Amino acid sequence: MSAPAMAAAGSRAGSRSRAWRPAAGHVFVSGYVVLLVAFGLVPTAYALNLAFTDAGGRFAGLANFVRTAQDHRFLAAVGHVGTYLALWLVTLTVLVLALALLVHRLAAAWSRAVLRFVYYVPGALAGASSVLLWLFMLDPSVSPIDGVVRTLWGSTFVAVVAPGHLPWLFTIIAFWTGAGGWIVIMYGALNSIPHEVIEAARVDGAGPLRTALRVQLPMLRKWIVYMLILSLAAGTQLFVEPQLISQASFGVVGTDYSLNQLAYLYAFDQNDFNGSAAIAIDLLIVALCCAGLFVAKGGLFDAD
Amino acid sequence: MRTDHPARLVVRVLVAAVLAGFALFFVLPMVWLVLAATKTPAGLIQDNPLSPGSIAALLDNWRHLMSFQDGTVATWMGNSVLYAALSVALTLLVSIPAGYALALTRFRGRRLLLVVTLVVMLMPATALVLPIFLEFSYLGLVNTTASVVLPMSFFPFGVYLTYIYFSTSVPAELLDSARLDGCGESATFARVALPLAKPVVALVAFFSFVTNWNNFFLPYVMLPDSDNYPMQVGLTQMLAATPTFNPVVGANAEVQPPELVLATLLSITPVLLVFLFSQRFLVAGLTAGATKG
Repeated sequence: MSAPAMAAAGSRAGSRSRAWRPAAGHVFVSGYVVLLVAFGLVPTAYALNLAFTDAGGRFAGLANFVRTAQDHRFLAAVGHVGTYLALWLVTLTVLVLALALLVHRLAAAWSRAVLRFVYYVPGALAGASSVLLWLFMLDPSVSPIDGVVRTLWGSTFVAVVAPGHLPWLFTIIAFWTGAGGWIVIMYGALNSIPHEVIEAARVDGAGPLRTALRVQLPMLRKWIVYMLILSLAAGTQLFVEPQLISQASFGVVGTDYSLNQLAYLYAFDQNDFNGSAAIAIDLLIVALCCAGLFVAKGGLFDAD
Repeated sequence: MRTDHPARLVVRVLVAAVLAGFALFFVLPMVWLVLAATKTPAGLIQDNPLSPGSIAALLDNWRHLMSFQDGTVATWMGNSVLYAALSVALTLLVSIPAGYALALTRFRGRRLLLVVTLVVMLMPATALVLPIFLEFSYLGLVNTTASVVLPMSFFPFGVYLTYIYFSTSVPAELLDSARLDGCGESATFARVALPLAKPVVALVAFFSFVTNWNNFFLPYVMLPDSDNYPMQVGLTQMLAATPTFNPVVGANAEVQPPELVLATLLSITPVLLVFLFSQRFLVAGLTAGATKG
């Protein structure tokens, strides 16, 4: 049907049908809303329901939360994940912004392109692939950086993956796979800052450092917040790294290192879906609180 | 003129050193991975870590890898391709129109949908994997293609990326003028917004492909049958059969370390290829806006 014909049909139908017809926007989002309900809202509601009921389906109040929190493995896992998150988020923010700003300032276009490419390539690896590769990198007997590994962490693989080293090791793995993508994104955001703004700062006497701190970084705020939120969400999910390391560590690292591993143990080893759901909800609440803070401070809805 | 100053020169050298150092950090493990796949098990330990092995050893490793459990690695790779391709297609089909509508049209419930999208995007995937497993178990769909493809198609990050792109890079006036010129809503989307959205389509497709390809936890829980594993889950089964990392398997181990290296290399190859193919789009998509003609 041609557009004018549609417009004519619309005006003939008058106000009655306009009240009945959903807005065009509703049609466009409908497919997404179906997936959102099926794999976002329904499972979340189900997890809440499980967390507040017992195995027989009766309302249990906070019993599941209390029981799991009193598990001696729970507090240890909170400490592990918390330490890792602090290390990871700080390292990520500082290094990604510094590298993006430095690459952006390079004079030669080819060097900018090459570096972006080189930094980004490991982004292809995540999950089990990246962990496996780093198991080899951290094994002094085969590693190309065995000197560094021996100096920092020990001369045998088992010594290297000692629990105390893990927050650092997970930070390195996560930075190696994830930072390049964020550097490319920050680089793109830096490119979208109008040239006149930077020029004006230069005319006003700002050096490269002050331009970065006072002009460029504030204009990247939305993207920085975005990076922090997604990285936080990913960080609290810590699962595959400790799971594989515990499998390869000759028992040095247990399978209850992270909170999600603990939730997995509750569900699949202890057959305690209610306890598992309670831990999942704990994680959710923490992530939501931090995210809310970021959203409030970062003006993520400025585009509205 | 600027390089004359010695302090400036020092800063430049330092900056170059930092950038080169990080380049090495990012690239060295990949180089090692390619080289190590060409070595014999003994050579992996005895030779210089950054020396090449031989074609013969590579072919040997390949033959062993392909004969591992009667060629199960080929099946895992095929599964990974199937799961990732299907879910990327579904993700694009639902995410691009949704992000467009959230950014550039007004409808009841829009703001609520935005907030819910942001919230769900932040939820740890594990918080959902278990309940989704129960949901599929109730429907009798566990251990099916749908049980991993459908949840992976739900990609709020893609919707949010599209929303950000449309709301920052495509001026609403452009669409208004299309509507004034007589375009219906679907024509405005298809003829005006979609051509401008090429960069973000490439971006969402790439991110969803990488995420799905590398997804570990969902298939780990959803697919108990080894024949249905994607490569990522299969790798852990190989890890458990490698003597370096699991002394229990002992001398008659099924997998030697160079074969595990080769399997890891194989598991990342498709993502690397897609990356090389779409790199131009990725960078252009993040930088160019519709307003900059």
